[in-house]
Amino acid sequence: MDTQLFFQNFLNALQWGSFYALIALGYTLVYGVLLLINFAHGDIFMVGAYLGFFFAVVLSGNSLIQLPMWIIFSLTVMLSMIATSFVGVTIERIAYRPLRRKGANRLYVVITALMCGIILENGNLALFGASRRSFPELIEKSIYTFGSISISNIKIMVIATAIIAFIILEIIIRKTRIGMAMRAISYDRVAVPLMGIPVDRIIVFTFVLGSSMAALAGVLFVTAYPVLEPYMGAIIGWKAFIAAVVGGIGEIRGAFVGGFLLGFIEIFVAAFFPSTLRDLIAFSILLVLLSVKPTGLFGISRSTKI
Amino acid sequence: MLNHSKIVTLILCCSLLFIGSGWAKVSSIKIGFNIPLTGDIPKVGECAKYAAKMLQEKINQQGGLQVGNQRIPLEFVFEDNESKAASATAVALKLITQDRVLAIIGPQSSKQAIPAGEICDSYETPMISPWSTNPQTTQDRPFVFRGCFLDPFQGPVAANFVTKEFKAKRAAVLYDIASDYPKGLAEFFKSAFEKIHGKGSVVSFETFTTKDRDFSAQLTNIIRSNADVLFTPQYYDEVPLIVKQAHDLGWKKPIMGSDSWGSAELMKLCGNDCKGLFFSTHYAAAGAKGKTLEFIQQYQSKYGYVPDDVAALTWDSTRLLLTAITNTNGLTGKQRKDRKAIKDQLAQIKNFEGITGKMTFTPEGDPIKCAVVVKINDQGAFEFYQSVCP
Amino acid sequence: MINLFHAYRYWIIYSIFSFIIVLSAHQEWVNAYIQLVMMFIGINIILSSSLNIINGYMGEFSCGHAGFMAVGAYVTSILNVWLFASDRVFGPAVFSEIWALILFPVTLIIGGLAAAVVGILVAIPSFKTRGDYLAIITLAVNYIIKSAIENIQSIGGARGFMGMRKVVNAMSDVWDIPWMLIFILIFTGLTVWIIWRFVSSTYGKGIIAIREDEISAEIMSVNTRQMKITAFMLSSGLAGIAGGLFAHILGYINPGSFTIMKSTEVMVMVYLGGMGSLSGSVISAVLFTILLELLRPLQVIKWIVIPLMLILLMMFRPEGIMGNREIRDFLPLKRK
Repeated sequence: MDTQLFFQNFLNALQWGSFYALIALGYTLVYGVLLLINFAHGDIFMVGAYLGFFFAVVLSGNSLIQLPMWIIFSLTVMLSMIATSFVGVTIERIAYRPLRRKGANRLYVVITALMCGIILENGNLALFGASRRSFPELIEKSIYTFGSISISNIKIMVIATAIIAFIILEIIIRKTRIGMAMRAISYDRVAVPLMGIPVDRIIVFTFVLGSSMAALAGVLFVTAYPVLEPYMGAIIGWKAFIAAVVGGIGEIRGAFVGGFLLGFIEIFVAAFFPSTLRDLIAFSILLVLLSVKPTGLFGISRSTKI
Repeated sequence: MLNHSKIVTLILCCSLLFIGSGWAKVSSIKIGFNIPLTGDIPKVGECAKYAAKMLQEKINQQGGLQVGNQRIPLEFVFEDNESKAASATAVALKLITQDRVLAIIGPQSSKQAIPAGEICDSYETPMISPWSTNPQTTQDRPFVFRGCFLDPFQGPVAANFVTKEFKAKRAAVLYDIASDYPKGLAEFFKSAFEKIHGKGSVVSFETFTTKDRDFSAQLTNIIRSNADVLFTPQYYDEVPLIVKQAHDLGWKKPIMGSDSWGSAELMKLCGNDCKGLFFSTHYAAAGAKGKTLEFIQQYQSKYGYVPDDVAALTWDSTRLLLTAITNTNGLTGKQRKDRKAIKDQLAQIKNFEGITGKMTFTPEGDPIKCAVVVKINDQGAFEFYQSVCP
Repeated sequence: MINLFHAYRYWIIYSIFSFIIVLSAHQEWVNAYIQLVMMFIGINIILSSSLNIINGYMGEFSCGHAGFMAVGAYVTSILNVWLFASDRVFGPAVFSEIWALILFPVTLIIGGLAAAVVGILVAIPSFKTRGDYLAIITLAVNYIIKSAIENIQSIGGARGFMGMRKVVNAMSDVWDIPWMLIFILIFTGLTVWIIWRFVSSTYGKGIIAIREDEISAEIMSVNTRQMKITAFMLSSGLAGIAGGLFAHILGYINPGSFTIMKSTEVMVMVYLGGMGSLSGSVISAVLFTILLELLRPLQVIKWIVIPLMLILLMMFRPEGIMGNREIRDFLPLKRK
């Protein structure tokens, strides 16, 4: 095997996998706390991308304030994360909480999540029209070449950000009290309020975290692939969900590894097999993995008392 | 039980609605438009709708279309086929049997045009697809026509052009395997190129799936294959990504496209990376003269952007239809007879002056037209480069 | 005689109803568009009630129903076009037209059997996993089927497969009555009857037991493996039949019609009607199909209005239209 080709694809896969990893983290967080598959998550990713686009256009296109590009970029990321958290929490308040209060079957909440996603997509299409948007180039693209391997600074930034975000999340979950509360809720929903922990607030916090991860992924995505369209979140959302489950849903380490795993499988299959078979082989590999380890790579098999 | 009777009444009301709406009177020239307003390529539907509306206003301002010795106002019915084959079929049936239109324009994509064409043909309603380039749309269907050239013609145009212009001996192709237009055109290009240069001269034939965003693996393979030119017959939202990623990975050789590149949005999304590239298409906006220029100016002042090839082709196709209606010299009011008369007139049209070129229909319902090779110049405009005629 | 009439009253009512519909189609009292909508309603009834077996009665979460539909659609279409119509790929028809009529139900059932075999692919992992993991497996199977079809060039791949209309025309050449409508009515009735019998049998009780508490069911000597395989095969087989009918109405199929979005639409119909209620899925299939067509003039707004209505429904009546009751609970026909 050609080492140069291998390395080039390795780097590509790291970058592509980072997106899946970030989105999968959001899925896992919400699932761990609520046992809910938030199918609207892929579309929250899309909302994050669009909000980032608007902030970037406003910040860089106006003539009042002239800021250096990297400040605009950081501001865009942060503002987008905050704004998207609002969207995520609003959805939770309006759509999920009433059902939770009623004690509705989990599956109904999942369908509601699906519907929210569709509303987000088509609402975007209705409000902003059919045109694709182009993300303004905020970061000077410089390409570094080693032999026949080339990598751009954007790719490096994406990979680095994903790893840093994961480390921050790990710290939050393992070392802070609120992280402990999140883990407690995923362990035993009923006993936790008895201990005086405000469950609703923890859930809101979880959604904030999850949506911020999605928004971060969104802004990074449109920096690397600067075309925005209303349906961009749908397929990536489904695939990231599969990645999260294969990694072991409920465990953020699992989501992270699962995301990268899916990225690697997709890129390497396309590189070495006829690229037409990519989806076929990628999903078959995932199926095999799941049948070998039914609870996912990092998942803990939950035992139920009879 | 309350719920039960409510449901029954609801069903009854809905069915009444259906039957009632089918009894509306026909007092104008009704033409249906089967276009994708939502779904994967909503811009295509939007451009078609705008161009058609512009034409409708222009004609209705004169009091309507001249048929025989009276002027009849035009009524356009726009329906969304959601870019789905099943919906396109349902919309075609709805337009034919419920709205009782005289003829249908659209669908645009071959994926919807092929099944909808079958419906129109079996119900003997003339149909013109402005943008579908797949041969199967009009094959063996006397009532279905199209407004543009076909893929079996476009493939060799592209292959010949890259051979002459770039002296290419090896070619690479990157296309979407899950979408029939790129797949068909990629295969026609391959067979044309290999006919000129011999088998195996297409050194890299890479694919991806619809909605993919990352092409690094495929492009890496393409660069390593040492091809002289890259041919990628994709839509305007995938091309910018492909071109940018190719440049990032170090591809400096020419890239050739097809008529799906020709949208107004391409340069907005692509920027500097697309300057200097070529594609084959139906018409070139920059450097247009006469009626074409008039159309572009009118569209731009009304809707704010330069019209793309879908708008121009829809304009031409609708005008073709209206000319055929005028040539019947009088409509009888009986649907079947009128539709047949319109179809006969359409088949006889010779040398129609369209803004996308002169058109004469073959017995299959395909126009004999020239293709235009366009260069994206340094100002980002689509500049006429060469005309290739059959 | 009266006893016979009473015993088969549902069949008789259904036959009269079908006869009226076919007559109205043949005499063109309703136009072809409405006939198409009625045919779509029939197909959606088959789809939603077959998915209800898995998602409703058995309580699993299967998101890949469109995949089985695709298998049935392609197998039936390929067989029919090969045998009964002249085609570019397969050459002239092997049998004559009268056979098209007689063998059409047979090829349809063969398509359903093929889909049932693929259903085993999903059933086997379900022994070990439940809930959300099974959802992934069904999703992945859906993707795999779609991707596999795209790669088979000889049947067109992504460009789709055509020729079914010639088969339908061949049937009309024999006797010019709306055959597709008749077949759909027959198979819809059969489907509802089969599922009704299935659910009332020990198998039905078994899968409801699996839903309530799988481990207890095992202990109480319910053979869960056999139940699961049977349920999955039945569900996917019926979906395959629906797919075959769908293919022949449209006259053209391509893998793009059988994606996750289609599976989602079927899931919505099941949940709308109420999990575990057969009459619920029938009613919601009817309502949903009509709603989809009624709201078509809204264009872009349509797909905002529909999910919104569903969310409101979920909030105010989360168990769906019928909950898990059947329409029989409302009709005082039987007095014991």
